[in-house]
Amino acid sequence: MSAEVWRAAALVAGKDLRIERRARVGAQQVAPFALVVLVLFAFAFDANHTLLRQAAPGLFWVAVLFAGVLGVQRSFSLEAADGARDGLRLTGMDPAGIFLGKAGALAGQLVVLEAVLAAGVAVLYSTSLRGGGLLVLTCALATVGLAAAGTVYGVVAASVGVSETLLPLLLLPVLAPVLLAATKAWSDALTGAPGAWGWMRILGVFAVVYVAAGVLAFGPLLEES
Amino acid sequence: MKPRYLGIAALVGLAATVALGLGVTPPDQVMGDLVRLLYIHPAVAWVAYLAFGVTALTSVLYLWPRTRSMFWDRVGASSAEIGVVFCALTLVTGSLWGRPTWGVWWQWDARLTTTALLLALFVGYLALRRVSVDPVARARRSAVAALVAFADVPIVHMSVLWWHTLHQAPTVLTPGLSNPTLSPSMGWTLLLSFLSFTALYGWLLMHRYRAAVLESRLDDEGMELALAERWAEAKVDAA
Repeated sequence: MSAEVWRAAALVAGKDLRIERRARVGAQQVAPFALVVLVLFAFAFDANHTLLRQAAPGLFWVAVLFAGVLGVQRSFSLEAADGARDGLRLTGMDPAGIFLGKAGALAGQLVVLEAVLAAGVAVLYSTSLRGGGLLVLTCALATVGLAAAGTVYGVVAASVGVSETLLPLLLLPVLAPVLLAATKAWSDALTGAPGAWGWMRILGVFAVVYVAAGVLAFGPLLEES
Repeated sequence: MKPRYLGIAALVGLAATVALGLGVTPPDQVMGDLVRLLYIHPAVAWVAYLAFGVTALTSVLYLWPRTRSMFWDRVGASSAEIGVVFCALTLVTGSLWGRPTWGVWWQWDARLTTTALLLALFVGYLALRRVSVDPVARARRSAVAALVAFADVPIVHMSVLWWHTLHQAPTVLTPGLSNPTLSPSMGWTLLLSFLSFTALYGWLLMHRYRAAVLESRLDDEGMELALAERWAEAKVDAA
């Protein structure tokens, strides 16, 4: 890919992150929501520490997924106001660059969210986060996949104008393998079982497929939105 | 071919499948009469996968500039609708079979989980079609969405395969088709069920496609009619 694409990506990502730094919707609404989800899970499991510790990887990733859907929605509601999407199209930037930029900004926010949630899981579910390197690597791979697939479906849902209700239906089934693989990788890493690398392969394949899909399909999808 | 002949063939075939499946074929040594679901469940599942496969194929054909035509969009949409119905039927009949043989209505087995997620993916596809207004934009958007969703299927399957596997491996469609445990009448009935359900799929697809063409004609003509009425009103006002 040319330098042009990466420059466009950096510009779009910078714009999204700057808006987040000023408006703080992610920090003040999405992250607290994710923590509330963790607290609600504790009620659902009757605050049983053994059960919560066992389920912690799955609960962590479900919370990431739910908050991630909100993040995607936020990312495209930015473009809905004041005809910003038309502006984005009229800049003449390569759509692949716009895709990489939006996905990159989303990935950056997801990483912060995951750090907050990991701290939440460690404190609320008294889980000791062993195998730190594997956990971080899992997060990195899963985040790329989540951000890429989220951005592809974000633009699909945004273009039909019912994104609040349609996006979760479209996105969550697609993300099912990410949830499964990331959960298994985390629980293997936490218990010291050897399977984590195998699950990371699935996360890697998912990330590659959806980054490629986004680079190829974002142009036509943005064009008609 | 006229849809009617295919429909007649499908209905006759299904009636024969029912008669053979319930009357002629022997019960299974282990499963008893439950084995008669063999003449419904695999064929229904096959039609569901076939229908989704056709949708993926027509999406590619629509996106390919040389073959782009609303024909592929309508066929794909019609096929997806039939696929969703048959996929739901697959899960229902599988569930009915699972309860007495496995002891549970649902198992988080690889193939069941993949099929359930496939259903969710294509329900999403249909929902997306429903909320789109402009037909051309809808065609492109839903073709892309179908392919992006379809790319997920192998990944889903790979991940859940590692996760759990309980469903029995294919026993009839083995290399060479030599299966000593299947009595000949069962084999023929099974084959007939596949052919009949496939014919049923073809018949439904033709009719659904026809309805899709009529729907779009209704939209076009309705618009023209409304325009003509407005013009007539304007003329009355002016006079």
